[in-house]
Amino acid sequence: MTALTTHPSTQVALRPDLDIISEWITPGSRVLDLGCGDGTLLAHLWDTRQVSGYGLEIDSVNIAKCIRAGVNVIQTDLDAGLSDFDEASFDYVVMTQTLQAVYYPARLLDEMLRVGREGIVTFPNFGHWRCRMHVALRGRMPVSRTLPEEWYNTPNIHLCTLRDFEALCAKKGIRILQRTVVDYAHHSNFAMSLLPNLLGEIALYRFQRIK
Amino acid sequence: MIELTELLSADSVGLVIPQTLHFDDALPLDCGRTLASYDLVYETYGELNAAGSNAVLICHALSGDHHAAGYHNAEDRKPGWWDSCIGPGKPFDTRHFFVVSVNNLGGCKGSTGPTTINPTTGQPYGPDFPIVTVKDWVRSQVRLADRLGVAQWAAVIGGSLGGMQVLQWSIDYPARIRHALVIAAAPKLSAQNIAFNEVARQAIMSDPDFHEGHYYAHDMIPRRGLMLARMLGHITYLSDDLMRAKFGRELREGKLNFGFDVEFQVESYLRYQGRAFVERFDANTYLLMTKALDYFDPASDYNHDLSAALQRVTASFLVVAFTGDWRFAPARSREIVRALLDGDKDVSYAEIEANEGHDAFLMPIPRYMEVLDAYMRRVAAEVGL
Repeated sequence: MTALTTHPSTQVALRPDLDIISEWITPGSRVLDLGCGDGTLLAHLWDTRQVSGYGLEIDSVNIAKCIRAGVNVIQTDLDAGLSDFDEASFDYVVMTQTLQAVYYPARLLDEMLRVGREGIVTFPNFGHWRCRMHVALRGRMPVSRTLPEEWYNTPNIHLCTLRDFEALCAKKGIRILQRTVVDYAHHSNFAMSLLPNLLGEIALYRFQRIK
Repeated sequence: MIELTELLSADSVGLVIPQTLHFDDALPLDCGRTLASYDLVYETYGELNAAGSNAVLICHALSGDHHAAGYHNAEDRKPGWWDSCIGPGKPFDTRHFFVVSVNNLGGCKGSTGPTTINPTTGQPYGPDFPIVTVKDWVRSQVRLADRLGVAQWAAVIGGSLGGMQVLQWSIDYPARIRHALVIAAAPKLSAQNIAFNEVARQAIMSDPDFHEGHYYAHDMIPRRGLMLARMLGHITYLSDDLMRAKFGRELREGKLNFGFDVEFQVESYLRYQGRAFVERFDANTYLLMTKALDYFDPASDYNHDLSAALQRVTASFLVVAFTGDWRFAPARSREIVRALLDGDKDVSYAEIEANEGHDAFLMPIPRYMEVLDAYMRRVAAEVGL
């Protein structure tokens, strides 16, 4: 597979969570990006870490953007599964800010570890103290910087906390290899590392199947 | 008559003159026969650069021909069949690319086909013209590329049966094609597709004016048969949604006449399309084209494994399908994508939301144009345009 050399989309600064993810990825590996958006992460990985692979995306506006950025993109609905891909055909299957928006997140985690050696996900942490305050004090569903939509029009239909996610991983025999939490601006600090489920706004995980 | 302003508009290729190349080197065909000599008629838009790196080939579908863009003369009422995509500033931008569009062998628009005089008999080939395949066409297009000085196409592009030629190019001549744009196509026909083709053929062959294909000698045209074939084809090119939107159950005279004449608008439309087609197309060519479709199955040379067929492919692919296309539905394009993914090939796939049916690939649907444009910019950048 040939990697292209010019990616206009990488000329803008990379989202810090994508920066963290690219540090987790071994150069030269094969990556599948689920819900790849406009292809920013893949284009960046192509440029900086010489990875190859594909992005999957449902939004047609993003398809043209990916193509323009030189990213191989397949227009598809993640809820239809990853049946087009063979077992263990990627080193990493990445899914940023998408897990909470699919119909079958548990099934998709299985699929990620079927086609990939390792999985990487990021999602908004519903256990963040502001979310808790919304429910506890106002008795309302949280609307925050990372979750800006109202309950009735949000695409985020499967929200979870760090603990929820880790409980699911334990149940599924998934080993967590790396975890980072960041705030809305994608910065981290010492307090956050002490109380991640309370202070982290966005969670990043790298994981694999327990053999 | 077209307005002069349209003819001269900035995004039109304007007046074009078809060209013909004669080939004397015999062309072996899949059916076992050989064409001793033949003509290919083609059009070009834009200029071939010195490096010969900016050429793209357009492959036509069942009833298409070499006239893909621009006008032949000021009396033309319509431009070429893919004018929406070819021209200055359009996705196949003639300011950058040298666009070549060829009429396939077996056609009826100038390339050697059933209406051509067979040099050995002095009579038109008629039904004796050999049944040509997609592979044969590609073989003939390679020779055209040689004569034009194109060692490698920057891209080979086609919709429907044209997309099948693109796929065949990428398999048979991997070194001669950088990019493959396969639009509204399928890796092979389904039983239902073949069934529609068979009804079309039967309509033509059972017309008493068909004379076993020798209708030229009787100075006749199997009008009714060819018209029926086209009417049937048209139903499969449109979607149920589009027909509902376009015609609904609208009556021509606003009331039922309790007869078998045209009553519903959709009947009127189909008859018009059928009649117009008879004036511009040859029945023997129609039979040949449907056979080429039926026979197309590149995986059959590789133990019916499409991934194996595509293993040696080096081109990068753009595969495009349309949601309202039930003739070659998106699932059929996904078969091609899947096989390419199996081989870790460079491929992008766009599924365009469109209710225009199979014909959507000919329409200037904004999302579709955007995808083609984005991809062709990538091609241009890669070959240094």
